[in-house]
Parts: sequence; C-alpha cells; structure tokens
Amino acid sequence: MNIAWSQFTPWASLAGGLVIGLATALFLFGNGRIAGIAGIVASPLRAVMAGSSLRPDVSRLLFIAGLMLAPWLWRAAAPWPAAAVDVGTAGLVVAGLLVGVGVRMGNGCTSGHGVCGLSRFSMRSLVNVLAFMGAGFATVFVLRHLT
Amino acid sequence: MRKVFGFISGLVFGLGLILAGMTDPRKVKAFLDLAGAWDPSLAMVMGGAIALGVVVFARAAKRQRSWTGDPMEIPTVRVIDRRLVAGGILFGVGWGIGGFCPGPALVALGSGMPEAGVFVAAMLAGMVLHDRFLARR
Repeated sequence: MNIAWSQFTPWASLAGGLVIGLATALFLFGNGRIAGIAGIVASPLRAVMAGSSLRPDVSRLLFIAGLMLAPWLWRAAAPWPAAAVDVGTAGLVVAGLLVGVGVRMGNGCTSGHGVCGLSRFSMRSLVNVLAFMGAGFATVFVLRHLT
Repeated sequence: MRKVFGFISGLVFGLGLILAGMTDPRKVKAFLDLAGAWDPSLAMVMGGAIALGVVVFARAAKRQRSWTGDPMEIPTVRVIDRRLVAGGILFGVGWGIGGFCPGPALVALGSGMPEAGVFVAAMLAGMVLHDRFLARR
C-alpha cells in the first residue's frame, strides 16, 4: 500500500468529522431525528412528488438549505478549498442515478448508515456500510487500474 | 425551534464536510483508490464523527423526547436483507464513479460547482425512480 502523505489531512479531517458529529448531535437532541442526508432529501422529495396530499417537513428542507449555504459562510472566513471531478457529464449522470436509487433501496448513505448507524452499533448499518465501501473500492480499482 | 435546529444542524454539518475535505470528489476517490496513491483522510472523518456519535447516541437512547418536545425517532429496524446489500452496492458504485455522496454533493452544489448540479439532479431522479418503480411492494 502506497499512502499519499502529501494529500493526507489527518487533523483537518478528524476535526471535520467531530464537527459532523456535533451537527448530528444538534439534529438528534434538537429534533429527535437521525441526520441521514439521504432520508432528509428523500422525505420532502416524496412529499413534493405526491402533490398536495403530503406536506414537506420544513425543518428537513432547512437542513438542506443549511448544507447549501455552508460554503458561503466558509468563504466569509477562509478561501474555498479546490474541488474537481474527474468524470464527464455522462459519468456524473450515471453516478447520480446509482447513488439516488442505491441510498433509497438501502435506506441510507454515508451519514445515516455510516455515521449514525455505526455510532449506535447497528448491525444492519454495518452490513450496508461494508457493501457501499466494498463497491466503492472495487469501482475505483476497475476504473483506474483495469481500464 | 425545530426549524432553527434543522437549519443550524445542516449548516454545521456542511462546515464539517468542508473542513474534512469531503467536498472535493478527487479526495474522496483518492480514499477509495487502495491500489493507487491512497489518501486515508476519509477514515479520519468517519473516526471523528463516530467517536463523538457513540457518546451522542448513548445519551440520546435515554431520552423520550427531543429538546423541542418531539418523540425521539431513532431507527428500530433490524432487518438485513437483499435490498439493504444491493442498495449499498449500487450506492457504492455510483460513489466510486463520481466521488460524490449525497451530503458533500449538496454542499458542492451550494458552492456553485456546476458538476455537482448535474450529479444532484440525477440523484434526485434516481430517488424518484426508485420510489416509483423499485420500492418494496
């Protein structure tokens, strides 16, 4: 194994993880809910698609608004960290569709099953995390080293 | 107050993702690239979040209601089935292709990254597609 020491950001990433844990605590103690992003997005989306019969939960919509406004608050204090993708539009569409279907079918993503599920020692979440981690490792291996 | 907690939680969650470096899909893919130049940062993110999360969920389990008076809704489902595994695999393949998972993609979209907009639109379409045609009957 070849570790990219120049890219490795242990302290910033650990601190970022703790801040994510803090946000999870605020949502859990504040509103009694799991901070799983897939569910927070899917639930108002389902309400919107159902028309007037279901009302979207405003506190979830505001969670999404908070996520999307975070870069603006960040940029008021520090430069925006460089970010780029290495796939084209078609790749992004395929990736988005797979993520959308997958997190609904498995009922959670990196936050819901990853952070929240593992934190409460859920075997169900562990199985899902092992599946998406394994698939993620395998996919990048195939894309970068076999093609 | 529920709305305030929703907004602040999302904002803090987003700041954590930015600080952690997770809003750069290249960094996420460098974590998933075990055979290449491996960047273990994402393991530190999960480690930090879960270290705090274990304490948080242990305390939350003793509560009946949230600060705003809602009942605590901590999942009780324990079912491990094919859908749980298949869903994880589909998600993982998409994650490996794009380097985006739902949270960082929304933060990146908020930052004005056009590629994140394409990803999020497809992700929402995927969610609707699942709920329409692939949901458990």
